[in-house]
Amino acid sequence: MSDWIDIAALDDIALRGARVVKTALGCVAVFRTATDEVFAIDNTCPHKKGPLSEGIVHGNSVTCPLHNWVISLETGLVQGPDVGAVATFPTRVENGRILLDATTLRARAAA
Amino acid sequence: MKQKLVVIGAGMASGRVLEHLLDADPQAYDITLFNGEARGNYNRIMLSPVLSGDKTYADIVTHDDDWYAANGITCRFGEHVVAIDRAAKKVTGKNGTVSYDKLLIATGSAPFIIPVQGKDLPGVITYRDLDDTNAMIAAAAKGGKAVVIGGGLLGLEAAAGLAERGMDVTVLHLMGHLMERQLDESAGFLLRRDLEKKGVKVICRASTAAILGETHVEAVLLEDKTVLGADLVVMAVGIRPETRLANDAGLTVARGIEVNAQLQTSDPDIYAVGECVEFNNYLFGLVAPLYDQAKVVANSLLGQKDAFVVKELATKLKVTGCDLFSAGDFAEGEGREDIVFRDPARGVYRRLVIEDDALIGAVMYGDTSDSNWFFGLIKDKTEISEMRETLIFGPAYQGGTPLDPLAAVAALPRDAEICGCNGVCKGTIVDAINAGATDLGAVRAVTKASGSCGTCTGLVEQVLAVTLGDDFVLPTSQPMCKCTDMTHEDVRRMIKSQELKSMPAVRQACNWTTPDGCHSCRPALNFYLLADWPLEYADDPQSRFINERKHANIQKDGTFSVVPRMWGGITTPAELRAIADAAEKYMVPTVKVTGGQRIDLLGVKGEDLPSIWADLNAAGMVSGHAYSKGLRTVKTCVGTDHCRFGTQDSTGLGIKLEKTLWGSWTPHKLKLGVSGCPRNCAEATCKDIGIVCVDSGYQISIGGAAGMDVRETELLIQVPTEEEAIAVIKAVTQLYRENAKYLDRIYKWMAKVGLDWITAQVSDLETRTALVDRFELSQSIYRTDPWADHIAKNAETYQPLADLTLEAAE
Repeated sequence: MSDWIDIAALDDIALRGARVVKTALGCVAVFRTATDEVFAIDNTCPHKKGPLSEGIVHGNSVTCPLHNWVISLETGLVQGPDVGAVATFPTRVENGRILLDATTLRARAAA
Repeated sequence: MKQKLVVIGAGMASGRVLEHLLDADPQAYDITLFNGEARGNYNRIMLSPVLSGDKTYADIVTHDDDWYAANGITCRFGEHVVAIDRAAKKVTGKNGTVSYDKLLIATGSAPFIIPVQGKDLPGVITYRDLDDTNAMIAAAAKGGKAVVIGGGLLGLEAAAGLAERGMDVTVLHLMGHLMERQLDESAGFLLRRDLEKKGVKVICRASTAAILGETHVEAVLLEDKTVLGADLVVMAVGIRPETRLANDAGLTVARGIEVNAQLQTSDPDIYAVGECVEFNNYLFGLVAPLYDQAKVVANSLLGQKDAFVVKELATKLKVTGCDLFSAGDFAEGEGREDIVFRDPARGVYRRLVIEDDALIGAVMYGDTSDSNWFFGLIKDKTEISEMRETLIFGPAYQGGTPLDPLAAVAALPRDAEICGCNGVCKGTIVDAINAGATDLGAVRAVTKASGSCGTCTGLVEQVLAVTLGDDFVLPTSQPMCKCTDMTHEDVRRMIKSQELKSMPAVRQACNWTTPDGCHSCRPALNFYLLADWPLEYADDPQSRFINERKHANIQKDGTFSVVPRMWGGITTPAELRAIADAAEKYMVPTVKVTGGQRIDLLGVKGEDLPSIWADLNAAGMVSGHAYSKGLRTVKTCVGTDHCRFGTQDSTGLGIKLEKTLWGSWTPHKLKLGVSGCPRNCAEATCKDIGIVCVDSGYQISIGGAAGMDVRETELLIQVPTEEEAIAVIKAVTQLYRENAKYLDRIYKWMAKVGLDWITAQVSDLETRTALVDRFELSQSIYRTDPWADHIAKNAETYQPLADLTLEAAE
């Protein structure tokens, strides 16, 4: 069962930008792509824990600022020759507001 | 009954008219032919071979006495015409009057005599006819010195002929290079070199002031007071139409005798042909259009419809060993593109000028074997886009199977020049490839080929392909990133030449395969656009690496370091106190003194950045840009303030430089050092730009590094004043920004373009000033504190979007 939480306005994130949402077990990075799609993934790069929200957003991917690992925002999978994955979280955009699914966020907290 | 035709002048044009006329209808006219020279028609173009001794007069006669007799032409050679009476339709020569029904004026041209003192002295001659030629031959027989005034077609042929006959010849030319109307500067240079090999001296920009001598020419005096001894002076500065008779007869005369397309003058019974006419503002000096005119005149005289049209002209010089050809229009202009081929060792130069996919001009030197083919393309306005890649190699490489530029490159000799900027020939590149340089970057590093302007990159790649065969995959030139096949250099050129002022425009024009690039190309494009269009392009923070986006250095744990600027390494107790307070307030775990003479606060949390900046701002400090591809620090020593060895105020200069350059974005980080004396305590000679003060001024050197590569700077220039030193440093910074590849530090860029080129740019005052102006224009936007800006505009973006710690903990 979904439990959507209103997080912020879409415009609070720059185009091709990201901000973090703090949770009890670390930050979730919320991305806004060039086409106004919104994705939420774990903020921590599986490589050396780089903050993904600080990376450059291109297409539906982000490049980690520490060592240029590229991570798909859709699947959370590391792209190219590197291997790994980060957790992804469902998002919705309604009336210019970004919504995150509290259920999955809680599930993460419990995990 | 036959009509009477009188022809004045037996030159190449009128000779051709008579031929056409007699061929078509021998019975149409009774013909009388006047000629001032005591002989009939001969081929004047061949006077040069007569002068040089390759031919004799007999070889170049086109119509002999037998021909005139057989065709019933009344010849009045050696007789000048003194008047034309149009009302009575009579022509009067020195020996009597003859009436006409139709009159043809073919008086040709007269040499232009520059109006200087001494122009009438014996020994000063022009070069128009056989008498002139014979006079030169006679003079040459006595040996001695000849001065030829005029470096055009005729002058050079005269000079070469006289040299051939053993005279010591100097050519004086008013313009900057020889044959400037037919040749561009490069071909003019090759021509000059070949003439000098034949012993002909050439002085360009030479203005004749006077011809000196008592009873015979003795010397030529130039405006710059140079005196050249001369036993013979040949005036070959130009010709003008011979129009005196036509003028006296009241015909319409502009520069030449005005004619319509039927070559009819303002009097319908009088025609004119050849060098004496003017048609549609054109004058004619080459033989091809004269022959066209001759045909039209003959037809008009016979009542046939015909019209003369002006066609493209080609020029060839008749000097043995100097093969040159020029045709069409080869001036540079908007929308025009050049294809240039140089092979200096063989003395071959080819330049094609293209406009709207058609060849409009060609200059060839050294090898003119394909000139007719190129001339055909010009005349026919042939669409050349299909064969453009191999066009310069000539017809042998066109048509048939699909065009293969590689075959053309394979056919080039080893000494064919590939890179004009650095003078690298094919053989050098092939040797480098065989020695292990198997990609473009390596070839560039070893030979410098394609390292400067980069336009020969494709050719170098083709040499690689030809040499390596299947081992080579085109393109090896490193594309900018996986989003495009184009190199950094290509993209930069596109941004400048196509005036691309936004990222979408660049991605469109350069065939990006991704919608919005990647982490590799975006920062580069952002820099290129910002460097080239500082006013039009707005910086895109989302295309910047996090350090530049958040104006702080990200650390491995995701925290940041904060480095306030200390101008020239100078600080105050108040600033130090503010730094100490901030370090405590934000619980900064590490405080470190940097190599750039300032203080680094390491481990600041991202969300604390705006607050710590605000505190530092309040104490008068601004961002130190310790994170940027831009000006970092200007390291100084204490110079004359305290040091007993200091020669100049190095600290003061360092502060001025830092205040001038701060905020500027560059391809990579930019570090400066200013040392007050050659003891070099500021370690200036391992900086990107280093200044070492000496008693006589400021030694500015560039290209140092002390990172993965350690390099000493190389001297760029020494200047006497601090003001000049600052201007030079601004200029070289701007030059670097405008030309270097993103992420190339100065030493890498310098290796590509060459220190000499950089020195030449900043040494030229005009270029330096323009660079400084462009630098200042850009700085008018970027010389500000980004910390203050971010505090005011987007401090909240440093905070989390939301805090769900309570929510998630439920």
